[in-house]
Amino acid sequence: MALKMVKGSIDRMFDKNLQDLVRGIRNHKEDEAKYISQCIDEIKQELKQDNIAVKANAVCKLTYLQMLGYDISWAAFNIIEVMSASKFTFKRIGYLAASQCFHEGTDVIMLTTNQIRKDLSSPSQYDTGVALTGLSCFVTPDLARDLANDIMTLMSHTKPYIRKKAVLIMYKVFLKYPESLRPAFPRLKEKLEDPDPGVQSAAVNVICELARRNPKNYLSLAPLFFKLMTSSTNNWVLIKIIKLFGALTPLEPRLGKKLIEPLTNLIHSTSAMSLLYECVNTVIAVLISLSSGMPNHSASIQLCVQKLRILIEDSDQNLKYLGLLAMSKILRTHPKSVQSHKDLILQCLDDKDESIRLRALDLLYGMVSKKNLMEIVKRLMTHVDKAEGTTYRDELLTKIIDICSQSNYQYITNFEWYISILVELTRLEGTRHGHLIAAQMLDVAIRVKAIRKFAVSQMSMLLDSAHLVASSTQRNGICEVLYAAAWICGEFSEHLQEPHQTLEAMLRPKVTTLPGHIQAVYVQNVVKLYASILQQQEQAAEPEAAQEVTQLMVERLPQFVQSADLEVQERASCILQLVKHVQKLQGKGVPVAEEVSALFAGELNPVAPKAQKKVPVPEGLDLDAWINEPPSDSESEDEKPKAIFHDEEQRQARHRQPEVDEEELARRREARKQEQANNPFYIKSSPSPQKAPVTAALLSQRYQDAPGVEHIPVVQIDLSVPLKVPGMPMSDQYVKLEEERRHRQRLEKDKKKRRKKKEKEKDKKGKHRRHSSLPTESDEDIAPAQQVDIVTEEMPENALPSDEDDKDPNDPYRALDIDLDKPLADSEKLPIQKHRNAETPKSPEKEDVPVVEKKSKKPKKKEKKHKEKEREKEKKEEKEKKEELAVNAVTAPDNTCEGLRREEAEDENDEAEQDPERKSSRHKKKKHKKEKEERTKDKKKVKKKQPEPEEEAAGPVENGAAEEEPAPPMSSYCLLAENSYIKMTYDIQASLQKDSQVTVSVILENQSSSFLKNMELNVLDSLNAKMARPEGSSVHDGVPVPFQLPPGVSNEAQFVFTIQSIIMAQKLKGTLSFIAKDADGATHEKLDFRLHFSCSSYLVTTPCYSDAFAKLLESGDLSMSSIKVDGISMSFQNLLAKICFHHHFSVVERVDSCASMYSRSIQGHHVCLLVKKGEHSVSVDGKCSDSTLLSNLLEEMKATLAQC
Amino acid sequence: MIQAILVFNNHGKPRLVRFYQRFPEEIQQQIVRETFHLVLKRDDNICNFLEGGSLIGGSDYKLIYRHYATLYFVFCVDSSESELGILDLIQVFVETLDKCFENVCELDLIFHMDKVHYILQEVVMGGMVLETNMNEIVAQMEAQNRLEKSEGGLSAAPARAVSAVKNMNLPEIPRNINIGDLNIKVPNLSQFV
Repeated sequence: MALKMVKGSIDRMFDKNLQDLVRGIRNHKEDEAKYISQCIDEIKQELKQDNIAVKANAVCKLTYLQMLGYDISWAAFNIIEVMSASKFTFKRIGYLAASQCFHEGTDVIMLTTNQIRKDLSSPSQYDTGVALTGLSCFVTPDLARDLANDIMTLMSHTKPYIRKKAVLIMYKVFLKYPESLRPAFPRLKEKLEDPDPGVQSAAVNVICELARRNPKNYLSLAPLFFKLMTSSTNNWVLIKIIKLFGALTPLEPRLGKKLIEPLTNLIHSTSAMSLLYECVNTVIAVLISLSSGMPNHSASIQLCVQKLRILIEDSDQNLKYLGLLAMSKILRTHPKSVQSHKDLILQCLDDKDESIRLRALDLLYGMVSKKNLMEIVKRLMTHVDKAEGTTYRDELLTKIIDICSQSNYQYITNFEWYISILVELTRLEGTRHGHLIAAQMLDVAIRVKAIRKFAVSQMSMLLDSAHLVASSTQRNGICEVLYAAAWICGEFSEHLQEPHQTLEAMLRPKVTTLPGHIQAVYVQNVVKLYASILQQQEQAAEPEAAQEVTQLMVERLPQFVQSADLEVQERASCILQLVKHVQKLQGKGVPVAEEVSALFAGELNPVAPKAQKKVPVPEGLDLDAWINEPPSDSESEDEKPKAIFHDEEQRQARHRQPEVDEEELARRREARKQEQANNPFYIKSSPSPQKAPVTAALLSQRYQDAPGVEHIPVVQIDLSVPLKVPGMPMSDQYVKLEEERRHRQRLEKDKKKRRKKKEKEKDKKGKHRRHSSLPTESDEDIAPAQQVDIVTEEMPENALPSDEDDKDPNDPYRALDIDLDKPLADSEKLPIQKHRNAETPKSPEKEDVPVVEKKSKKPKKKEKKHKEKEREKEKKEEKEKKEELAVNAVTAPDNTCEGLRREEAEDENDEAEQDPERKSSRHKKKKHKKEKEERTKDKKKVKKKQPEPEEEAAGPVENGAAEEEPAPPMSSYCLLAENSYIKMTYDIQASLQKDSQVTVSVILENQSSSFLKNMELNVLDSLNAKMARPEGSSVHDGVPVPFQLPPGVSNEAQFVFTIQSIIMAQKLKGTLSFIAKDADGATHEKLDFRLHFSCSSYLVTTPCYSDAFAKLLESGDLSMSSIKVDGISMSFQNLLAKICFHHHFSVVERVDSCASMYSRSIQGHHVCLLVKKGEHSVSVDGKCSDSTLLSNLLEEMKATLAQC
Repeated sequence: MIQAILVFNNHGKPRLVRFYQRFPEEIQQQIVRETFHLVLKRDDNICNFLEGGSLIGGSDYKLIYRHYATLYFVFCVDSSESELGILDLIQVFVETLDKCFENVCELDLIFHMDKVHYILQEVVMGGMVLETNMNEIVAQMEAQNRLEKSEGGLSAAPARAVSAVKNMNLPEIPRNINIGDLNIKVPNLSQFV
């Protein structure tokens, strides 16, 4: 053994430290991975040693390797070991490693709770600091819950260094454990006015983060922030506050008005650019929130724009960037004031800096109008040509499309121009956005009927030159446009000039190299094209030509039939068979064209993207009900359910829209014929397309016409636009043409004006105006080149208006949407973890435990006792001193006085902050009396619902569904003694942290009209139980009660007792002596009592997981005993609640009328119960590490149950 | 909130990687690489902001970086942080490093990654700005260093001596490590706080 130790320390000398490791890695450049794996082996060896310094060194090296991308989570346990080292040097290393590699999924993280708690309460501020820093990186919901109270205490630490860290980490705690927000908020708010600027800044930081997510809850803080803004000189704080105001103003315009002036002053006075910029930003937010109609704010806008222009013109690229960013915010509400700086923004498009160009692009989006759209897009197109990086070019491409398509193509006056732009964009190499272009082509072609002819001609050209677009499949993306092109040419084939040529282009062998989904569209549309060619040729009475086309189809289609893509293959083989059949018929001289084209008859209407979602569920339709009988288990489960589901779906679809009857169809067909007859783009001589048979219900729905389709105006094309422009880049031509056209229009208009036909003109325009978006004034002068009808996307009838579409239910910040102004309820107190903390018998929460526990029990007291709360604070200080004394007397004496005093101060603060409303109520006692009573009642209600809220919050197992039925109100306080002067009730609380101590809380209630003072409580100590007395007093002295009682008042005093053995219940005799003073004089009075320490009072509610419970039972070192009680009428739920409440158990598991429960004594005895309820009886089987304790406990339980 | 702080050199070698949101190690490396390629392309005289969208956390996030001699300091922040403020914070951080290491150079960061982390912990905690006053940060660092020294440090003196002897006997340890000890020049920027 000794040898091993020596060897260990010699090894230790030859260990690599971090520097050696780094050096080694640098020297093994060529076989780095091998070297590192060697090092990891060494580290694993080092971690096995007992020496903590060796471990720490190893963990330090691991942290470095983590940075290089090595997973070090396997060493999590060793990291925890190093974290718990006593030396700061090692601790720091451990926490650093933990902060780098721990996360919610790290399973050993729950082992850290006690260690962290210990470090948080360490007398060294750096131990605390390092723990806080580490925790901030890996806090989990469990850690947050268990440590929230400790951290909250630290927020009032004497050292600002700890305070600021504690304040900051609270934000993380809130995120993980939202319940802590309300109890902690008052103190957080107080920290806004902390004397230390660092702490103040941290508090501002946290509140700003909170308010950013849920601003409305923080409006009430606005005055406080306003004060800070006008008084603070710390730019960091100012920036945060000003940013916060930016988030608050949209909710409260009045605030905005107040802000304008101080912000403007700051803008004028500050020299810090960052502050200036944030001020401008917030002023903008204010202006947005105020309605733009306010004339007196135009000066502010002017000021902002002016300042921003200065920023944009600055040589510092950062300022330029931010200026543009802010400008885009103004643009949204005050486009006019930005548009005057168009020159500047266009200039930025040429900037060498991509970020700036992107920002400028964003701005352009909002600056276009009908007037300048073509010009701006032209400019962008030249940038597209020049752009070197694909990312920027792609960005340009999307921006062009965004700009043009915004608000339903509001600014496009000439769609031919737009189609040409789209076609030009297809020549971009290597773009990822082919699908975007394709979508635009489809959208425009479908929705703008007037443009179809032109679109089809362009698309056929595109198909013709498909080899250019799709020459290499590497140019992924752009071939997507062929998808659109093929579909448009097929669907609107009647507009094709040379359909035959297009058909051939689509059947080229090269097509088979395209992606499958595009080929599929090709195949489908080839048939559409084929149908229309057949029709044309039959009408022209050219049967040979028709047969030739069929022959072509039969020859070329097999190449698709061989496709590896299933979709293509399937479609192709269907169609091939169809065509072969047609060929046969043609051979017999049967006219087939009509029937073939009937396959594709009807119009397609665009459907709004959310239409499907918005279909209301018809009344009486239960989507969850089975349509068929659910399949029985014996049936094969693989296939049957699928079929059923499919069936169901179809039925639903049919159900959704009523079937169109023959009559309605006929009417529509008539209407369409009428429309087509008027439409120059429909080939008039062709017979009207026939509807597919009605039996295909789904199909008929698809082809349904939009209601009111007959009202679509006659489309006329301005003949000044060439109908066909050969395939070269030509969007530029349109710009020129457009200018001419506009000029002409203006002349014409002037003429008309002179003729005073203005009214008529307006009428006409109104009729053709697009459904959405009102054009701006200047735009109204420009009539579109084609009078187009942009078909609205279809929505189902009585679609549900739903704004909740965009809300993300998984937003982590939603949990923090908590009303902070409501007074704090007792049930919201932070849970205090009661795990055994053997290593820290002196941790500060020890003092907290009895205090808070008592508080949470308050609602159980009689209502009239509410007044004691007011007194409580007065006695607080003394009481705590007493407790401190008790601690000093009983536990190890090495605790420094300083630490304790600090904690004491904290506790006072703690109390004061947690109950702000209580504090105030002290001043206005009478006034609030009624209110208070009500509140107490409320609290009682809460209590009724949750018999053990504290335990529920802390324990992993909830006490079943406690809300199911109200449990009777329970109070653990029982009568101690009573005479004409005074009534005493008491309760005993144990705490796991002091293994032989219990706290007795005694409520003293003055029942007389005398004033009671000099109260002193004395107990005759037994061998086993002793009362803790102030230092220096003998065992015969009493303990003074730290308050006096005016008539009718009650208050609570706490006394600490030390117990040697807890396996037996015992009684202590005692006396309360006091002086009763009334008008007649003072008398000395006495009241004797017997204090009963039941065994249950030594138990502490301790949560236990079922697996740990099972292990405990299996371990076999527990003795067993059981009882049975008859004649029980109470529900099982309430029964359990009662056991939990009176005997401090927690439910581990509950199954029907059987439950396992667990508790633990202050000296560490495990007590396990199995409670079973029969018809009118309850049996309790217990197992415990001490048989005497168990039998005593069960006796007590029997007494309790007998009352049920 | 600050989402991540990355320091890497002109060749993309990470010198400090600090994420305030959990990413698996390989993703972390990937993010470092991508970020490096993004900033590498940029000249020194263009703006220090980058919309890092696809990298971390979506469009609300920005990359804000500064380039000092051989090192890039990159902060990924969301919209609650002031852009210019973060630029100043980077400056504060680097100046603090300069003070703590006395003329900081890349080598200091390479061999004392742990110390750099400790300094950073005094500036940013859990993704939120903790302290911007350099004197305060330096004072806290010195106090902690003193504490560490009083405990004897990680490797006590005897071990050092042995390792020195050990090193002498190993001829393959190169005499010169070929990294220029280029000092990070800390330019005098207008003070923010």
